[in-house]
Amino acid sequence: MSMDSLITVENLYRYYGELCAVHDLCFEVRRGEVLGFLGPNGAGKSTTMRMIGGNLAPSAGRVLINGIDILDQPMLAKAELGYLPETPPLYRDLTVDEYLVYCARINRIPRAQQRAAIDSAKERCGLTEVGRRLIANLSKGYQQRVGIAQAIIHSPLVVLLDEPTVGLDPIQIREIRSLIRDVANEHSVVLSTHILPEVQSVCDRVQIINRGRLVLNESIEQMREKLQATTLLVALRVMPSIGELESIEGVQGAEVIDDGRARIRFDACDDPSDMIVEQAVVNGWGLHELTPERMTLEQVFVDITSSDAHAQGEPGNAVGSEGEAA
Amino acid sequence: MIFAIAGRELRGLFLSPLAWSILAVVQLILAYMFLAQVDFFVQLQPRLLTIPGAPGITEIVAVPLLGNAAMILLLVVPLITMRLISDERRNQTLPLLFAAPISMSAIVLGKFVGVMTFLLIMLLMILLMPLSLLLGSSLDFGVLAAATLGLFLLLASFAALGLFMSSLTAQPTIAAVSTFGVLLLLWIVDWAGNNAGTDAGQGSNVLAYLSMLRHYEALLKGVFNSADVIYYLLFITVFLVLSIRRLDAERMQN
Repeated sequence: MSMDSLITVENLYRYYGELCAVHDLCFEVRRGEVLGFLGPNGAGKSTTMRMIGGNLAPSAGRVLINGIDILDQPMLAKAELGYLPETPPLYRDLTVDEYLVYCARINRIPRAQQRAAIDSAKERCGLTEVGRRLIANLSKGYQQRVGIAQAIIHSPLVVLLDEPTVGLDPIQIREIRSLIRDVANEHSVVLSTHILPEVQSVCDRVQIINRGRLVLNESIEQMREKLQATTLLVALRVMPSIGELESIEGVQGAEVIDDGRARIRFDACDDPSDMIVEQAVVNGWGLHELTPERMTLEQVFVDITSSDAHAQGEPGNAVGSEGEAA
Repeated sequence: MIFAIAGRELRGLFLSPLAWSILAVVQLILAYMFLAQVDFFVQLQPRLLTIPGAPGITEIVAVPLLGNAAMILLLVVPLITMRLISDERRNQTLPLLFAAPISMSAIVLGKFVGVMTFLLIMLLMILLMPLSLLLGSSLDFGVLAAATLGLFLLLASFAALGLFMSSLTAQPTIAAVSTFGVLLLLWIVDWAGNNAGTDAGQGSNVLAYLSMLRHYEALLKGVFNSADVIYYLLFITVFLVLSIRRLDAERMQN
C-alpha cells in the first residue's frame, strides 16, 4: 500500500446467502483521484460502495480508509469518509439548514466550526437560496445536491457517490457533474454509475465491474488511446477494387460494406487518410465521405460485460486487448 | 453525539401531529379520571375524618391516577416508539448514521434518550394534576415520589422494548402491534399465578415475578424495594443491548 492511497480494498468478498455479489475485489484510490466505478445493474457496484462506506460488513477481505481499517477502527475511518448512497438519506420533514446542522453534529464537527462548514457546503452545492425550505418540497435535483452537501460537509478525504445522477433531467445532470468535478478538486471521489459519458467527462480512472469481479482497471488516458480510431469509413462514387484500396500506403485491410462505402483498417500510428484522399482525386473515385470510426467507451463496456466467457475468466489486464479487437 | 440524535428524534416527534395528539388525548382522559377521583374524595371526606389513620388524598386521588396512567400509556407508548428505527429503515436514512463516525450504541442510546425526553414531558404534565391539589391540601410526597419513580421506570421499560421492536422491522405498524402485544403479555402474565389459588407452584411464582404490573404496584403503594427498581433497570438494559446487537447484525447480513 502506497502512502498516498486513500482507499485500499483488499480481496473483498461479499456473499448474500449462496449468491456471491462481490468476488475478490482489489483496488486503490489515490489522493485527488476520481475513480469511475462502472458496471451494469446488479454487478455489485452498490454492494462495494456500501462496504467501503461502512454500511455493510465484507464476508472476507478488508477496506482501509487512509490506512485505517474500517472494521477495526470504524470511528477514525468514518471521520474521513463522506457517503451518498443510491437513495439520498434525507429527512424529508426537516429544512435544508436543519438537516445540515444535524449532519454536521453527527459528523463531529466542533460547534465553533459548524456554521462555517454548513455555509461552505451549501455554497458549493448551490443550496444557499433554499436553506429554509423543507427537503420534501425540493426537486429531485436539489435533493441530490443536499445529499452531496451532506457527504462533503465534514471535508472528508474520500467521498463516495453511488449513482448520483440517476433520475435527473439532462440540465440537472450537467449541474451535478460540474459539482462532482468541483468536489474532486479537494477530495478523492469514487463515483459509481452505469452512465458512460459521465465517466468520460468526470473521472481520472475507470474500473469496470461485472458479476462481482473487476474486469477492467485503467486510467482515462489509457482508455482514450484504446478508443482511438483504427478504421475509416469511406464513401466513393466509383468503387475501386479491394486490391487497389489495400495497395494504398498505411492501409492494412479493406472491405466493401455496401455499394459505394468501404471500411478501411489501419494501424493507429499511421493514418492513411491523406493518401486515400490523394488517390481518390488522382483516380477520380469521387470521394464524398471520410469518417474515422471511433470506438466508444460504450462499445468497450458492452464487449466486456456481455462476453460471458470473460466474466468467468481472469479479471484484470487480459480484458483490454479483447475490448480493442471488437 | 447521543444528544444530537436525541434532539433530532424529539424534533421529529413534535414535527408530526402524532405527538401532539397523543399528548392531548392522554391529558384529556387522565384529567377526566383525575376529576372523577377528586369528586369521589370530596364525597368520602366527611366519613374519612372520623376514621383514625384513614388514607389521605394522595392515596385516593394521586395513586389511582398514576395507576391508570400506566394502563393508558401501555397503549400509547408503542405508537410513539414504533417509528424510531423502522421509519429510518423505510426511508433509507440509516446509511447516514452508519457512515457517520458514531457507534451503534450512541445511535440506540440517542434514540432512547430522545423518546424518553418526550415521555418525561408527558409524565410532568400528568404530575401537574396531583400537584395542583397542593393549592388546597397537602400531599404525601414520599408516596408520590415512589409512584412517580415507578411510572418513570415503567415508561422507560416500555420505550426500551418499543425501540427493540422498531429495530426489527421496516413497518412502523408491525413494530407498534408487536410492542403492544409483548407489553400486554408481560402485564397480565401473573394471572396464571392468581388463578392457581394460594398454593401456587414454583412456575406461577416465576410468572408473577416477571409481571411488570406486580413491580409497579409495590412502588405505587409507596414501597421502595430495590428489587423492583433493579427489575426495571435490567429490563431496560436488556432491550437496549438487544437493539444495538440488532443494528450491528444489519451490517452483517443483507
